[in-house]
Parts: sequence; C-alpha cells; structure tokens
Amino acid sequence: MKGLKLSKNVKDNLITYGIVILAYLIMEIMIKTGHISSLLQGLLVPLCVYVILAVSLNLTVGILGELSLGHAGFMCVGAFAGAFFSRYMQDVIEVSLLRFVIAILIGALSAGIVGFLIGMPVLRLRGDYLAIVTLAFGEIIKNIINVLYVGKDANGLHFSTKDSMSLGLMEDGDVIINGAQGITGTPKDATFTIGIILIIITLVIVLNLIHSRDGRAIMSIRDNLIAAESVGINITKYKLMAFSVSAALAGMAGVLYSHNLSSLMATPKNFGYNMSIMILVFVVLGGIGNIRGSIISAVILTLLPELLRGLSNYRMLIYSIVLIVMMLFNWSPKLINLRKKYSLKRLLKKTGEVQ
Amino acid sequence: MSFISYLINGISLGSVYAIIALGYTMVYGIAKMLNFAHGDVIMVGGFTIFFAVSMQGLPPMIGILLAVVLCTLLGITIEYIAYRPLRQAASSLAVLITAIGVSYFLQNMALLIFGANTKAFTSVVTVPAIKLAEGQIIISGETIVTIISCIVIMIGLTLFINKTKAGQAMLAVSEDKGAAQLMGINVNGTISLTFAIGSALAAIAGMLLCSAYPSLTPYTGSMPGIKAFVAAVFGGIGSIPGALIGGIVLGVIEILGKAYISSQMADAIVFLVLIVVLLVKPTGILGKKIQEKV
Repeated sequence: MKGLKLSKNVKDNLITYGIVILAYLIMEIMIKTGHISSLLQGLLVPLCVYVILAVSLNLTVGILGELSLGHAGFMCVGAFAGAFFSRYMQDVIEVSLLRFVIAILIGALSAGIVGFLIGMPVLRLRGDYLAIVTLAFGEIIKNIINVLYVGKDANGLHFSTKDSMSLGLMEDGDVIINGAQGITGTPKDATFTIGIILIIITLVIVLNLIHSRDGRAIMSIRDNLIAAESVGINITKYKLMAFSVSAALAGMAGVLYSHNLSSLMATPKNFGYNMSIMILVFVVLGGIGNIRGSIISAVILTLLPELLRGLSNYRMLIYSIVLIVMMLFNWSPKLINLRKKYSLKRLLKKTGEVQ
Repeated sequence: MSFISYLINGISLGSVYAIIALGYTMVYGIAKMLNFAHGDVIMVGGFTIFFAVSMQGLPPMIGILLAVVLCTLLGITIEYIAYRPLRQAASSLAVLITAIGVSYFLQNMALLIFGANTKAFTSVVTVPAIKLAEGQIIISGETIVTIISCIVIMIGLTLFINKTKAGQAMLAVSEDKGAAQLMGINVNGTISLTFAIGSALAAIAGMLLCSAYPSLTPYTGSMPGIKAFVAAVFGGIGSIPGALIGGIVLGVIEILGKAYISSQMADAIVFLVLIVVLLVKPTGILGKKIQEKV
C-alpha cells in the first residue's frame, strides 16, 4: 500500500461492496450474452429482495442482539404502502422511475414509522418475550391489511374495513386495496439494476451505522445491557434506532417485492411467520452479526433449491435442519471444544511441531 | 342465550389452551426457555390419532394412548438432541432459534408425510350432547370432555408437583439448578421428565383440539401453540393455576371477539391482549417478579 492506508473496517466494507458489484457485472454480462435461463432471470429481483431483508434483519438480530420474528410484517407494510402509492399515482406521475423512487421512499418511511411505533413499547421486553411479541405484531399487521378496503374516485379516498361495496365509490371509482384480494395492477417497475442499487444503499446504511459511534453503542447494549446503561448509554434511543432502521430497510425490500408482482396479497406464505423464519435462516447461516455472510447465504439458499428442482419439496425441511445444526455447532459448549481440538489451525501447528 | 353458548364455547377452547399452556409454563419454569416446538407436538399428536383411528381403524382409546406415548418420546428426544447441548450456551438466542428450527422441522416433516391437504378428523369423543333451557343451549360432547379433562389434569398435576418426590425435584430445579444438583437431584432427568409431561399433555390437547375443530393440517398446531403461550404469559409464566386462568380468559376473549367484533380480527385481538399484558404487568396475573441481578 503506497501512502493510502485503509483501516481494517474500510477494507472489509470495500470487499463487501466489491462482491455485490462483481456479482452484478457477471450477471449483466451473462444476461446480455444469453447464458442465463429465463427461470434464473425471474429470480434476480426476488434475490435482491431477500438480500436486503437478510441484511436488515441482521441489524436487529446480530447487532442489536434481539430476535425479531415480525420482519415479514414490516416488509408487508412497505410493500402495501409502496404499491398503493404507485397505483394511486399511476396516471399522475408518468415517469416510471420517478414514481418508483418515491414509492420506495414512502414504503421505507411508512415501515420505519410502524417499526418505531411498535418498537417503543416492545423493546422494553427482552429475549423470548420480544420474539413472541414481534411475531404477534407481524400477524396483526397481516390481519389488518386483509380487512382493509381503500378506493378512490373524484371525491378522494374512501376507507372501509367491511367490503368494497361499503366504500360508496362513484361510477368512475377504483378499488385500490381490495381486502384479502390485495392490490392488483401494480406497475412492474422493479428491475435487477434497481435491486442492486437498493442493496448497495442498504449496505451503506447498515455498514456505516455499525462502524459509527451509534453502532458501537448499539453493540454495547447487545453485549451487556446493564454495563451499557451504567456508562450512560441511552438504551431506549439506540434500541429504537436499530429497530426502526431495520424495519425501514425491510419496507424498502417490500416495495421492490411488490413492484415485481402484478397482484399483491397478504397471505401467510409471503408475509407470514414462515417468511420471517426464512429470513432468519439466511441470517443464521451467514453468521449472526456478519453482514457479508447474510448476503452470501441469502443468495445460496435462494438459488440452490431453484437450481436443484428435485429438492424443492425438501427445501423447507433442509432450512430447518440448517437452523438446528448451525445453532448446535456454533453454540454448544461441547461442540465448540471439539471444534477447537480438531481445528485446521491446530492440526497444521501440530504437524509443524513434529517436523 | 347466544351469549351463554358463546361463553361455553370460549371456556371449552380456553380449556384446550390451558392444557397446552401447562406444557409451556412447566418447561419455561424449569428450563427457562420458550419451547417453540410445543405447538407442533400437538399437531403430531393429532396426526397420530388420525393415522391410527381414521386410516388404520384402531379403536379411539388405543389411538389416544399411541399419541400420548409417541409425543412423550418425541418431547424427550427433542430435548435431548436439540436443547440439552445448548443449556450451557452463552447466548440465550441460540436455544430460541434452535427451538424455532425444531418447530419448522416437525411441520415440514408432517407436510412431506401427509401432504398439505386438510384432513377431516373424525371426533374420537362419543359422549352425547346436553341440551339446556329447552334446547336453546346445546353443550356438545367435545365441550364436556374438554372441560372435564382440563379440570382432571389441573388437579392431577398440582398433586403431582406438591405431593411426589419427582414433583418436588421439579420445583427445586426451577428454583436453583446448581443447588438442586448439590442436593442429589438428577437435573437432566428432571428436565426430561418435564418435557415428557408437557408433551403428553400436548398429545391430549391435540386430541381435544382436533375433535372440536375437525380439520388437520401440518400447521394446525402452530397458531394454538402461540396463543397458548400468550395464555401462559397472561396467567404468569411458571404458574400452573395461572395457565388455567390465562387459558380460559383467552379462549373466552377469542370466541367473544369472533362473535361480536370481527371474525378475521380475532387473532389480532388475542395478540393485542398479550401486548397489553406484557406492557402493563409483564409477569402476568399470578407471576412472581424477578429482579435482574448484575
């Protein structure tokens, strides 16, 4: 290194950004030269969604050290807020890119606000209680959206929680959110390039937060709450900060997700408990607290079952086994000792000693 | 009159929640962990009875017995493989995530074996319904059996804990593991026993739940499981009478909410109760307050 001295963190971050950009370039070249199946092309945007979700959940689980099981709920808020805006403004803002950017901002903002509001009471709890309450909130959000009806006509917006008839729309009225049927006709604005840009934005936000003074405060809360409190760290403020940033990023992923589908419904499959668990599996496999690991494991776990078609039935089963085995392997005191005993480093050292 | 029959339905559903909540509360009291897979043990119990009675044509009593034995073994196995190695782990997050993994594993195993289609569960209860107030209120046989079994289980469990050596050992382990070990109590054995009892109760709860709501899918257990946890928290986690009170109150709230507010929002109302309880009185109605020490 001539003159340019980079700290370890900066180098680490640059490698992470580099991996994402490199992956993007490789994919783009493969698309241009036609080396990629249409199946894989269809997976590219969901892939970006999962990467953002995994990175943002890692902020809560890995950096803040609290297990959130309602991440899909925040994604749901973002998806519906963004899709609602796009549908509402479809005729007003003609430029799709501008509309999409505003939709992303709105989606992220609304998920962030919901995260903040939920976080205020919830983050007073710890551990198991926090996990179950976030799970409960995720289900509540899904339930509320399933009974929400919103329509627009010349008089403005109409809301109802009964059915689309009770909205009382005029002849030219348009039902935007149709209860359990969700939102249909969202413009398909999401592209792989925008997805990658959003991943980079997510990474910039998360990595900068981690390596800032605020980030260190958050991590000190994770490591020892009482010690952190006694040196004057404002626990509530930093917990809320991490939680709402994580929620806002999940909302952003939700907007990307909703603009990749023509019809958006809040079903247990896409925004339920299972989705939250799937994101958690990405985070756990990649290493709790390791941002780069989350990206890599999200990519591998999304692509692998799709590429190995025969495995698709076993996909969820494999996920659950991954979850259990990873946890036992990483945290069981016995296995940690075993690992240390037979680690590669030590074996190499031993052979060195013999020689 | 309809209010009274809603109330009875609520108490019946609440009794099932109370039986499930017992499993949570005992395990939480002793192992200090949230056994996420408890709800799915209920589902395994339901499927065992379905397999034995509806598919193989065995008598219902044998089916129930089979389910209890299988679930007990399952509970002990889960504890041995997945939870015991992590008991000394540094992170409490680890065992919680493992429990979620086990829950997910059971669901997907059932999905692979039995498929995603909803199975019609034939009720194993043969008690006739009672008609009250000139036929305006009908109490079904399932309701009677559920409420009676809940009462019997509560009394039996309270006696077991207070009067037997094994029960006293459970209390000791939940109080202080290290001290219990020094007094010659087999801590691992006691925790296994707790899981065994909890899982056997889950099998019975599965039978009652599927008889009252005769549809069975691999996800049957997860929602009642979570709600029963809410009930356990509501009543004060670690407390057996608390589980009973929490379960019944929650069941009544759910049924009345379904009837008078919105059927789609019933789950949301139940969860709202949990959130309010945790914010106002985090230790539940009958729970003890534990001060965190440095």
